[in-house]
Amino acid sequence: MSDQKYPVGPLAEVGAPLILGRRGFLKLMGGGIFIFFSAGDELFLQEPARSQAGRPGLPTDFNAFLRIGEDGRVTLFTGKIEMGQGPMTALPLMLAEELEVTPDMVDIILGDTDLCPYDMGTFGSQTIRSFGPALRSAAAEARIVLLELASEKLNLPPERLQAKDGVIFDKSHPQTRVTYAQLAQGKTIERHAAQKPALKTPAEFKVMGKPAARRDARDKVTGKAQYAGDIRLPGMLYGKILRPPAHGSKLKNLDTSAAETVSGVQVIRDGDMIAVLHEYPDAAEAALAKIKADYDLPEAVLNDTNIFDHLSKVAPPGRAVAQGGNLDEGAKMAAFTIERSYLNSYVAHATIETHTALVEFKDNKATVWASTQAPFRVKDEVAQALGIPAQNVHVIMPFVGAGFGGKTRNTQAVQAARLAKIAGKPVQVAWSRADEFFYDTFRPAAVVNIKSGVSNSGQIVFWDYEVLWAGERSSQQFYSIPHHRTVVRGEWGGGRGGGESGHPFDVGAWRAPASNTNTFARESHIDIMAAKAGIDPLEFRLMNLNDERMKRILKAAAGKFGWTAAKAPSRRGFGLACADYLGTYLATMAEVEVNKETGAVQVKRVVCAQDMGVAVNPDGATLQIEGCITMGLGYALTEEVHFRGREVKDLNFDTYQLPRFSWLPKIDTVLVNSPEVPISGGGEPPIITMGAVVANAIFDATGVRLLQLPMTPERVKEGLKRG
Amino acid sequence: MKETIQFKLNDESVRLEVDGERMLLWVLRTDLGLTGPKYGCGEGFCGSCTVLVNNEAVRSCQYPVKNVKGKDVITVEGLAKGGILHPIQQAFVKHEAMQCGFCTSGMILEAYSLLRKNPRPSIKDIIDGMEDHLCRCGSHTRVVGAIQTASDEMKGAVKR
Ligand code: FES
Ligand code: FES
Repeated sequence: MSDQKYPVGPLAEVGAPLILGRRGFLKLMGGGIFIFFSAGDELFLQEPARSQAGRPGLPTDFNAFLRIGEDGRVTLFTGKIEMGQGPMTALPLMLAEELEVTPDMVDIILGDTDLCPYDMGTFGSQTIRSFGPALRSAAAEARIVLLELASEKLNLPPERLQAKDGVIFDKSHPQTRVTYAQLAQGKTIERHAAQKPALKTPAEFKVMGKPAARRDARDKVTGKAQYAGDIRLPGMLYGKILRPPAHGSKLKNLDTSAAETVSGVQVIRDGDMIAVLHEYPDAAEAALAKIKADYDLPEAVLNDTNIFDHLSKVAPPGRAVAQGGNLDEGAKMAAFTIERSYLNSYVAHATIETHTALVEFKDNKATVWASTQAPFRVKDEVAQALGIPAQNVHVIMPFVGAGFGGKTRNTQAVQAARLAKIAGKPVQVAWSRADEFFYDTFRPAAVVNIKSGVSNSGQIVFWDYEVLWAGERSSQQFYSIPHHRTVVRGEWGGGRGGGESGHPFDVGAWRAPASNTNTFARESHIDIMAAKAGIDPLEFRLMNLNDERMKRILKAAAGKFGWTAAKAPSRRGFGLACADYLGTYLATMAEVEVNKETGAVQVKRVVCAQDMGVAVNPDGATLQIEGCITMGLGYALTEEVHFRGREVKDLNFDTYQLPRFSWLPKIDTVLVNSPEVPISGGGEPPIITMGAVVANAIFDATGVRLLQLPMTPERVKEGLKRG
Repeated sequence: MKETIQFKLNDESVRLEVDGERMLLWVLRTDLGLTGPKYGCGEGFCGSCTVLVNNEAVRSCQYPVKNVKGKDVITVEGLAKGGILHPIQQAFVKHEAMQCGFCTSGMILEAYSLLRKNPRPSIKDIIDGMEDHLCRCGSHTRVVGAIQTASDEMKGAVKR
């Protein structure tokens, strides 16, 4: 499609998802130095065969590349996307560091399926953790190529040369120099980053680890940043889809006559999809409301109260993911044992941007703008829905209004594609808030059962851990416990609702999947043991840890927080929790105040110490930590999906309560560097300790131990009543 | 019923023939092509659709377009002048008071309205004023900091 149809300027300016036609692509690929590389684990590289066929000309043994253009500008092409977590800013820093250019010489093109090689999707902390090292190697490789070229051009051995800010010069005669632009001039050089060039050590960093401003900030404060719903095409229509009252409902009667009287409306029935189309979104919404539909609802068996018994009953068989020693032996050593079950509710992703997509279908080709974390999945799904080859689908990434795992499912893009085909015009589908709560893939409700024992000397001697439905991540404890076993029953991944599944609706990944639940259970349980042993909870953890890195991060948090030893409940309202999230170590401490009348909990301050190896962009990391802490207060205190049978009761933010300004604790973050370990991600870790740290602080304030999340005022009051 | 509605939008006169009962949000986004105001909930809960009407923050998803007759409407697109960011926008950039940015335009305009009424707000005033704006990414702390900075920068004179 042509370049003129939609506003190119603002996005291109910030190096945001660049929008170019095929012509532009070829021109862009015209010359320069290209370095292809693979990033991520093997699994993340597996491209489905049908997509591969879709891009002849692009090899498939890499999933990103960078180009040094004849103008000296460097462009990074990756299928990753920007949804607020900051790769648009952080990745160019890593690239600039190893390539010896300034960050402003680097452009980044994210997620465009015609321009970028296949990528499975942007989830979790993957982007920095597994993509980062590969990107840095590729950039280092590029620098080596440039040094070789410069050595030829300047007729000097490479050892005499040095690269800096996009220029290579003779170390002893800095005036003898050549720029990257000059070196790339008139050349097309292709390299695959195969061998591993030596990367800089953190001590050598000039760009990484220094504060850097967000590249997208200016566009986001001026309204220039475009999200999927902001893209407009001539003649486009807005589609609204009829939502059944509950999952598993069967349509009995349908009367669309009133809707059809709305002028300009088109009512569509395509298989199971009933939709209205209109040139104005509000008119489409009004027409949709006029549709009368009767449904047979499935019998309402489950609800948000009995779900946990049900989940315990139907949990799939277990799988031991860690074990050591002998639990019976451990039990013999125990002076006391503690056995508890922890419950965690379904929570919604509830991004402020709802799932949105715009599809144009013309000449058997589709162009898609979608709010998605997985543009290449959208490509395949849309191709399938339209019955066209995947190479005929081009997904262009606008900014995404956050995802947290929820935007890996792309139903809205498929709906828009089907409607665009039927209507013969571009169609945008933007879910309403109620649609969003209905079709979301919730974080699964879960149960964790723990039995453990402590010796007379305060040593944890055995640990028997079973997690149902949450999943494996962060289920393994990291304390030094001689006899232990961790069993995982069921995973969060791609769970379909209803029928065979234990869940009444679809579940999926939610920011730091499984880890929120596992960390809540483990760290609550550690505190229960500490309290019973009469030992300060920090001291108790340090006593039971061999891992020096974990001890260091706990002490860093304690120093900042001003933790002093006291056994709980000390009535100070102090709590702590620590975790290892995919290599990122963190310790969180909080102070809470509990209103004994209302049961309301106010978290007054939070200190989070995080060790992610080296923070590539400390500003960005701090922002993410604050975001995680604030978001985490939601699942800790109020967020839970209310449902009856397979009907979701929450339709908007009045009943489903997100964290608000008045909840804000004072937040302090401490970044601890461990240059000796690989750099890991910071986008998710601090959210996982929020359930436990608040639960432990509530116990310290009141002596009431809550075993279920969220800790709503009602549950706190109930707990206080029980005493 | 279509009617003629005239008002000022980002300093320019606009004349529309529309059904006056339509919500301002959709008229701005669809008829007028200003997509800065966002749909987040459609029922007044989130604030992402916030715009200024006569310098007062309103939730455009709940605000019938007929109510803007003869008034001054400012969207986030109209805040910067001649390419220079408004001090509130500058403060949001400086504090990185956004992540995904979807709530940002609403936050900025609410802050504008707040600072006009109360140029020297305390932290508590800021929290109270922003309470009904939701941000899923947890940018709250930064937003509060940005509003404080903007207040300092403007020294009590909040204007465009
Ligand atoms: S969209 Fe208007 S308040 Fe949420
Ligand atoms: S920055 Fe994402 S909703 Fe506020």
